[in-house]
Amino acid sequence: MSMTATAPQATGTLPPNWPDPKSIKLSIRNLNFYYGTTKALKNINLPLLTNKVTAFIGPSGCGKSTLLRILNRMYDLYPNQRAEGDVLLDGQNVLDPKLDINLLRARVGMVFQKPTPFPMTIYDNIAFGIKLYEKVPKSELDGRIETALRSAALWEEVKNKLNASGLSLSGGQQQRLCIARTVAIRPEVILFDEPCSALDPISTAKIEELIDELKSRYTIAIVTHNMQQAARCSDRTAFMYLGDLIEFDETNKIFTSPSQKQTQDYITGRFG
Amino acid sequence: MNTAAYASRKRKDKIIKALCYAAAIFGVGWLCLILYTLLANGLAGLGPHVFTQMTPPPGAHDGGLLNAIVGSLIMTGIGVGIGTPIGLFAGTWLAEYGRHSQLTNVIRFVNDILLSAPSIIIGLFIYGAIVVPMGGFSGFAGAIALAVIVIPVVVRTTEDMLLLVPVQLREAASALGLPRAYVITRIAYKAARSGLITGILLATARVAGETAPLLFTALSNQFWSLNLGGTMANLPVTINNFVNNPDPNWKQLAWTGALLITVSVLTLNILARTLGAERKPK
Repeated sequence: MSMTATAPQATGTLPPNWPDPKSIKLSIRNLNFYYGTTKALKNINLPLLTNKVTAFIGPSGCGKSTLLRILNRMYDLYPNQRAEGDVLLDGQNVLDPKLDINLLRARVGMVFQKPTPFPMTIYDNIAFGIKLYEKVPKSELDGRIETALRSAALWEEVKNKLNASGLSLSGGQQQRLCIARTVAIRPEVILFDEPCSALDPISTAKIEELIDELKSRYTIAIVTHNMQQAARCSDRTAFMYLGDLIEFDETNKIFTSPSQKQTQDYITGRFG
Repeated sequence: MNTAAYASRKRKDKIIKALCYAAAIFGVGWLCLILYTLLANGLAGLGPHVFTQMTPPPGAHDGGLLNAIVGSLIMTGIGVGIGTPIGLFAGTWLAEYGRHSQLTNVIRFVNDILLSAPSIIIGLFIYGAIVVPMGGFSGFAGAIALAVIVIPVVVRTTEDMLLLVPVQLREAASALGLPRAYVITRIAYKAARSGLITGILLATARVAGETAPLLFTALSNQFWSLNLGGTMANLPVTINNFVNNPDPNWKQLAWTGALLITVSVLTLNILARTLGAERKPK
């Protein structure tokens, strides 16, 4: 596996509508993924554009979460899971076995389906990640934590109880705490794995609003089962089915005039 | 509806219920009886002298259990002190690093055997492994024997408690770029903390009353001794010795010693229960 610091020019030919390499943050090239001997992703080619939101839709088991979990090497936690191909983050291959995974994960943050606050105070939930990478004086740390909570639209609700347990918050607040925690360590890419599927409509609306604000600073990928959500908050949408990338285009185009019949069937609710 | 069949089912329900009640009362009844006997016989001998005087020679009319209590505290303390870190690390390996390894099942199986091994066998093992080569009974050998009993208890509870920590929490911590050891010590341990402490308390309670492993290792001693290299007095073996003797003073001290052990074990168990209950409303 080659690790070049230059532009992505990995194996195989680029698809015809491949965008300008300079606008690409993460470039997924000829990616195959295996759970043991089961092939879960089949030759995926996909660019994630800088400061854009890319949504992944498709029926359960289509591989969209699997794909997301490759981008920060989450699958590395488990045995018998294997990726082949290239995932280039600013030209650097994420799949390189020599890569420091922890530094990668600091650059590519992730928010999960179920809110996962750590069993500690709201303050420490955020301070924890910051202190892992940087030595910051208390006053600066306080500022960083306020900024993180503000960018997760949670500051006003928790500013008077920063020492309360993170577990004492409501589900929607917990999820925003997790976003604040991710943002606090200043990543470049944020992966959202069905971030709203455990939340009520009001919390969902807040998170969607937040994603829209965050994209000015981060490159975002979101997996969702909710097609309205994909339509509302993404710039580009990828439709996947049984491990194949069926269609990838501007969100507008996918939801108004998809070029593939399968995409059309899925977004109109005829299957999936 | 078939009313006959329904009535018969109702009858069976009543019979099973009655049997369950009877069994529960029978079981708890003995426990109450034991506690009552201990209190009735042990309280009579309880007084400050128990905690200030040494175990008496036969025929004496005074004496206490001070050397036995201190010896028990020392050996239990050292045993738990040695056994806990080993048990914690081994349990952590099983639940975290070795979770997907074949070896884990083998180790868990062996650990379960050790967990249910009769403690007298552990006493004999330490007798052969430490007492004989070192040329005599010692408090040190007693503490090691207790440690060997502590380890499998702590391994088991540590593994069980860490397995209860949701995988999502570990993934979330890893997603922040936390190295594995941090995910375990800073997040998983924290989430499982009360369960881990409960396990250690239960292990302590388990060894606090062990007689057999000390019989072949620390033996016992009539005198004040803090020397781990020599025989060491302890409550269980003292009780064992005193109760087998016709001397009424010894018999009384044996009852009082038994009461002391039972109360401390009960306290540890209640403490473990309270801690265990704390984590439920989450």
